[in-house]
Order: sequence, then C-alpha cells, then structure tokens
Amino acid sequence: MLAYLCAIGIVALIYCLLALGLNLQFGLTRLVNFGVVAFFAVGAYTSGLLSLQGLPLPACFIAAGVLSGLLALPIGLLSLRLRDDYLAIVTLGFSEAVRITIQQESWLTHGVQGLPGLPKLFAAWGPGVSDTAIFAVLACIVGLVCWGTVRLTRSPFGRLLKAIGDDEAALSALGKDPARFKVQVFMLGAALAGVAGAFYAHFITFITPEQFIPLITFYVWMGLVMGGSGSVRGAMFGSLLLMVFLEGSRFAKDWVPGVSEVGMASLRLAAVGLALILVTLYRPNGLFGGPSK
Amino acid sequence: MSMLQVEAVTRLFGGFKAVDGVSLQLADREILGIAGTNGAGKSTLFAAIAGQQPANAGRIAFAGQDITRMPPYRRARLGLVRTFQIPREFKSLTVHENLMAAAANPQGERLLNAFFQTRGLREHEAQLAAKADGILAFLNLARVRDVPAGGLSGGQKKLVELGRVLMLDPRCILLDEPFAGVNPVLIDEICERVRALQGRGIAFIVIEHHLQALKALSHRMIVMDRGRILAEGDPHTVLDDPRVQEAYMGGVV
Repeated sequence: MLAYLCAIGIVALIYCLLALGLNLQFGLTRLVNFGVVAFFAVGAYTSGLLSLQGLPLPACFIAAGVLSGLLALPIGLLSLRLRDDYLAIVTLGFSEAVRITIQQESWLTHGVQGLPGLPKLFAAWGPGVSDTAIFAVLACIVGLVCWGTVRLTRSPFGRLLKAIGDDEAALSALGKDPARFKVQVFMLGAALAGVAGAFYAHFITFITPEQFIPLITFYVWMGLVMGGSGSVRGAMFGSLLLMVFLEGSRFAKDWVPGVSEVGMASLRLAAVGLALILVTLYRPNGLFGGPSK
Repeated sequence: MSMLQVEAVTRLFGGFKAVDGVSLQLADREILGIAGTNGAGKSTLFAAIAGQQPANAGRIAFAGQDITRMPPYRRARLGLVRTFQIPREFKSLTVHENLMAAAANPQGERLLNAFFQTRGLREHEAQLAAKADGILAFLNLARVRDVPAGGLSGGQKKLVELGRVLMLDPRCILLDEPFAGVNPVLIDEICERVRALQGRGIAFIVIEHHLQALKALSHRMIVMDRGRILAEGDPHTVLDDPRVQEAYMGGVV
C-alpha cells in the first residue's frame, strides 16, 4: 500500500512540475500553451534514448531539459505573431505532430513499440527504496522550482511577464520589447516539462507514443486552472488534488455498487468535469487563487 | 526647431482612410491640442505617431530621426510616449509596480538576474523605486501605491498611465483624452501637472473633447474632421472658426 501511495505521489509531483512550467507560460504571461505534452514527450524520449546509449542518468536529465527548451524556441517565436486562440491551436497541433513523429520515426524511437527496459532511477538501491528516493528527489526539485517561481515573480523579469499578460501592447508603448521575454518564458516552461518527462521515463521505465496524447496537456491545464493559475500554490495543490483524485478514485468502485470498471473510468472523468465547472462558476480564480475581483 | 514632424501621414483600414494626409509639427515645450468629432481620426493619428498602427503613407520624424517604420518600443525609447483613450493599466500589478514595469532597467530585467541580483542591480532597482515614488507623490497617487491598478477609478487609471510614461523621462507625451471620465477637480489637477511638466521641457499633444479645458491648456490647436485637418492655429481663433463649429458642434453655438 505504501509503495502504491509512493507511486501516486511520484506521478502527482511530475504533474506538479508540468503545472509549474505552464504556470510560468500561462499563469504569469498568458501564453496559451496547449502543447505541454510535446515537451514532456521530447524530454522523456531524449532522456530514454540517451540512457539506452549508456549515458549516465544525470546527463540524460540535463539533456532532456535543454532539448525540450530548445524545441520551444521556434514555437516561442511563433507566439510573437499569434494571438491567444491561434497560439492554442498551433501548440495543440504541434504536440500531435511531435507524437506522430515519434510514432513514425521508428529508426530512432522504435515507433509504436516504444522504449522498454529504460534504466530506473536509483535502481541499485532496490525496488522499494528506489521509489522513495525518486519521490524525495522529485519533491526537492519541485520545491526548488516553487521557490524559483516565487523569486521570479517578484523580480523585475517577473514583473514584465505579468505586464505582458495584462497588456502586451501597452508594455511595448513603454519602450519594452515583449518578444524576448515571451520566448524566454516559453523555453523555460518547456525545459521544466522536459525534466518532468525524464523523471517519468526513468520511473515508469517503459514509454510509448500513446502515453503522450493531448489528454495529458489537459490534465495539466485542469490542475492549474482549478488550483488557480498565476500562483505557485494554485499550480501545486491543483495538480496534486487532481492526481490524487484520478488515482485514488480507482478504489471507489469497491464502494459504488453496480458500476463496471469501464463505467467507473467515465464516472471519474465526469466528476472532474463537474468539479471544473463548479470551480469556474464559483471560484473563477481557482481554489487557491484568492477571491475573485 | 520642431521636435516632431508629421508629413502627409495616411493610415488605412481596408479602403477607409482613417487618417488622410495629415501634416503637423510640434515645437519643443509646446502643448498642442487636438479636437474633433468621434471618428475624426485623432486616436489613429496617435497610433501612427507612436507606432501601434504604422502609417501607410507619409513620413514621421522625431528628434531628427525618421521613425515612420520603427516599432513602438523603439519610439518610446527615443522619448516619444503615449497614453491610451481607454486606460490600459497593468491590472494585476500594483500602482507602484505599474511604474516600475515602465522603468528602463535592461540589466535587472534579465532572466538570470531574477535569481542572482548583484548589489549594483539592487541599488539601481532601489533608485528606480524611489523615482517611482516621487512621481506617485507628484500625481497624488501615493495613497494607492500598493493597490492593484485594476481596482482604481477611471481617473486614477489615467494618472497611472501618465505616471508610467514619466518613468521614461520622455521628451514628448501624447495624451489621449486625459479628461474623459475625470471629475472637474481632477481635471484641474491634471492640467496643473501637465503645465508643470511642460515647464520642465516636455512637449505634449493632447486629444480631448473637453474643449474648455483643452483651450485653456493648449498653446495651439488643431481640429480634425474625417481624417483631415480642418483648422489649425491659436485656440480661440480655431474654436471660433465657422467651419469648426459646423463640423464639431453642428452649427454655431
């Protein structure tokens, strides 16, 4: 049971990392990134493939962050020319393009068969201990990112991100070129998603293209929006709550009579949808985003 | 020597000429008033001068440089700034942060410097903060310093916009309807501030429907109608011009 809780915790923390990245992009800067999963996937595959070549895991993790961040550069440049809704469509399309590319380019990625047998983080310490260690390291990293985000938010750089989120044209009328800041924050958020992907790859140890569908992106969005975008607390607790609910409600079928396994899965999604509607109605700034204005 | 020169500027929206071959000049330390009916092209002229909607034809020079094709942020760095007709405050930032976002601080605003602030950067930031506080005091906004700007009244938002552009030490400020939705006491206050700034060497172009206030404030006035300049000159003469009365007020008042 404890092992299972630990596994849920690890997945939840990975989602926290994704949500914190999206929080920089959307929460502060209002860049509508519907392609979170693309950077997550690239991170997972980069780290996975490099580790299979025998590269030490820390180096794989760094490569995952760097490559995902670099991949965000062209999308970030595109975002300079696209308004919110169009950027949303482009990033969503981009994430599907990335998934299909991974699926098709089997010479590199083994296509639909995926990458089995990836080295597990801290595997040398034995199965039980390694999960606990992954959880601990992830918790430290998430904590560090939280601290960094708060620090960033209060810095002159963060001030400009919020100003861009509020009114980009007004900022450029004040002698600031929003372009550099938007591209940088897009890359930063993507790099975080890449690192999250590396953790995922070396925790699950088996990745396939089917794991990187847009639903992942929308889970991250749901967590962030329900928690309260723009605040670290919102991103953290929103995704923790969502993941604990999604995972935890697996057990609920024992208590809800007359519902099949498949029916239960739909019921869980329906509950999440209802929660999302209620939150947007009654707490438009999210559960932890402060009272609405 | 004129600070701003606008030569035969035209701005199109599709086939519609919002600004149609407008020329004007602004001297150092001058306050130029622009009046005109709704849709006369005043705000579009501002957008062409400040760069939000670049001119389709004509030429604009500021401080001896051709700025016709320059992006807005570079025009602002030259000292040519504007406010907006509908206030565009950064609503989630406090009043003080609104001013700080406008401050020229290229070093401090680097991503890495968000995490590693040297003493020099912190001192620079503190200087800017003090400057912002000085401007807030000048504009009587010190009381709302730490209030999110989105919660202010319309008149206060106008003042925040003025305060923001003052952070850039501008040479020329374009004010778009600074008195709209502002109570009479505050109008007098804004006029007083504008005159004080003009005394410090800043030139202004002011778009305004509040003709009495505009007449009192301006050294010279222009009246626009359907994208063109209808009349130009001394405020009294311009407002007494029968063509102006015809176009602007639908006949002699």
